[in-house]
Amino acid sequence: MTTDTAAPRAPRAPLPAPAAPARPKLAAKTVTLAHGGGGSAMRDLIDAVFLSAFSDEGRAAPEDQARFDLAALASKGDRLAFTTDGFVVDPLFFPGGDIGTLAVCGTINDLAVGGAVPVALSCAVIVEEGLPVEVLAQVARSMAEAARAAGVSIATGDTKVVPRGACDKLFVTTTGIGVVRAGLDVGIAKARPGDVVLVNGLLGDHGAAILNARGDLALETAIESDCAALHGLIADLVAAAPGIRMMRDATRGGVASVLNELAEASRVGILIRELDLPIRPEVTGFCEILGLDPLYLANEGKLVAVVPPEEAEPALAALRAHPLGRAAAVIGRVTDVRPGRVVMETRFGGARVVDMLVGDQLPRIC
Amino acid sequence: MRYVDEFRDPALAAALVKEIGAVCGRLERGRDRPLSIMEVCGGHTHAIFRYGLEGLLPDLVEFVHGPGCPVCVLPMGRVDDCVAIAEQPHVIFTTFGDAMRVPGARGSLLQAKAEGADVRMVYSPLDALELARKNPDREVVFFGLGFETTMPSTALTVLRAARGNVRNFSLFCNHITIIPTLRALLEQPDFGIDGFIGPGHVSMVIGTAPYLFIAEEFKKPLVVAGFEPIDLLQSLLMVLKQMEAGRAQIENQYARVVPDAGNPAALKAVAEVYEPRATFEWRGLGSIAGSGVQLRPAYAAFDAERRFAVPDVKVADPSSCRCGAVLTGSEKPWACPEFGTGCTPETPLGALMVSSEGACAAYYQYGGLRGAAA
Repeated sequence: MTTDTAAPRAPRAPLPAPAAPARPKLAAKTVTLAHGGGGSAMRDLIDAVFLSAFSDEGRAAPEDQARFDLAALASKGDRLAFTTDGFVVDPLFFPGGDIGTLAVCGTINDLAVGGAVPVALSCAVIVEEGLPVEVLAQVARSMAEAARAAGVSIATGDTKVVPRGACDKLFVTTTGIGVVRAGLDVGIAKARPGDVVLVNGLLGDHGAAILNARGDLALETAIESDCAALHGLIADLVAAAPGIRMMRDATRGGVASVLNELAEASRVGILIRELDLPIRPEVTGFCEILGLDPLYLANEGKLVAVVPPEEAEPALAALRAHPLGRAAAVIGRVTDVRPGRVVMETRFGGARVVDMLVGDQLPRIC
Repeated sequence: MRYVDEFRDPALAAALVKEIGAVCGRLERGRDRPLSIMEVCGGHTHAIFRYGLEGLLPDLVEFVHGPGCPVCVLPMGRVDDCVAIAEQPHVIFTTFGDAMRVPGARGSLLQAKAEGADVRMVYSPLDALELARKNPDREVVFFGLGFETTMPSTALTVLRAARGNVRNFSLFCNHITIIPTLRALLEQPDFGIDGFIGPGHVSMVIGTAPYLFIAEEFKKPLVVAGFEPIDLLQSLLMVLKQMEAGRAQIENQYARVVPDAGNPAALKAVAEVYEPRATFEWRGLGSIAGSGVQLRPAYAAFDAERRFAVPDVKVADPSSCRCGAVLTGSEKPWACPEFGTGCTPETPLGALMVSSEGACAAYYQYGGLRGAAA
């Protein structure tokens, strides 16, 4: 798929209305190898599924690349941010979202935690032959909706179809560009002793929702993925705490992995308090049953932020004032003890090291 | 969370720690070495580290992490046998998550899966039976391991398979039983354990009577314990109070779950399906008479060992491994030359680094903040 962009405020000459019908039709019910062949079947699929969901302008002028007006970008900040992420989640649809919302929000968040204002995304999909067209269309609609809600355009893309078995249903890769706010300089190596560690809400929801949605546990819970685009929340946060040291979205590996990377890169110790961790009782219960640790569960709408002590209060207030930060909390602080290590004070005043996870969390058997 | 939070109450924990301190103060007089308390069960080892309990206790108390982690004591050769079965083209090999990463001499089941074997993680043996029903043209093998805790569920699965005549299901039985191994440990001349925290889940099935010999023959106290921090602290206090009073008895702190008589229905299913093996090999400890079970001849049709050509590989543990010494409490994990260097959770050399319930993995992961590993 290739669509020119509705690139933000890029001046463009008015184009003649396309001859193609306004609402493209697609007769096929499932995706076949023909849809990846580069011919008219592929164009029909792209028209019907993606272009109708993504943008009006794209249909008008299908180019091989998105184009951006540099002056418009430069007005937002002083550096370009560029990131990419592949999404292979199974199942494709889960409570609270699907692979489409995840692919859009995930890449927006990767830009936003660098202090960037997200501008545009590309989207490449790899489809397994035999996938129902309606599944693909639903994912495209989710992507379009998430992008629209976030005010970010999906500016270009690509579709490939592979034989049955060569991939699992649908893989999505999104790449994003954004502009970093002038004067803002966050980084994983910038934490200093005395700094305060915050999160913007309840931990572990996404990981628990996905494990549960796989269905082989048959646990009755209403846990939903927390999948959300965080750039709006981050805009409020950096305005309230301009001296902010670091932000990371706590995806795979959870909060524990972010904190370990931070401790190592900044050569500091990190002390968190078990009693201060915001975790939903359902997630705690879910972890109890399966022998998992919520600190390692994935999140898709949660960030870890480190701010200097004098900015902790305004930062927390800014987070809590935003709909995606109502349950925000201070979970710990940066220390000069045991550099490179994350230590958790347990609810009894005992202490334990929170290490980096090796591989996947595998449920305990007894 | 109701029924859990009560057992994690910091105020109650603080009160117990204070009382433990007082008893230890009195026990300490005239002692020249710490009190060694063995928690038999891997679940207890995990909980002690997860809640940082060691750091709360007086130096007099030293936990020794016992052999009750079924994944840890599984010999490498049995993993190789699993891989050999899993590699057969028509087999779907099913197992609990923990067992996937255990290294054999030829790699783990996770590696076998990456190389093309159909290995699947299930949460219950009944899921494996269901898989067999849904795939009548495949052979579904369930890798059964664990103590009496997991034995009833595999026994019931075999009974159901027999009743439903599911001919393409079989069990690769590696179940073990803790009592002969505890006896073998106690009979070692240099075994320096002063008291035991007894396993909770195993006792739920077998009850408390099988431990009586520990008190009567060997004069050591044992308290069957639950898995929450309050359970463990309370059980430890009960053990210490027995010592102070010069008693050696079997007590049950976990009475809310463990009936003294165990679970008769579960025991009946186990007795129906399994019989003791003459001997079974434990990683780090060697062969122990009567410590394993196998399917009775009446259920031979469901026995993977009879249905497949199992190579029955014997593999010696790496010679530098000190798992045996750590398991018997004569050495601490960090005293092993491989600890944290040659042997890590990522590339475990010894059994105790494999499962999160293994003593070495627990020290490595959660860092014994009191020990040298920190």
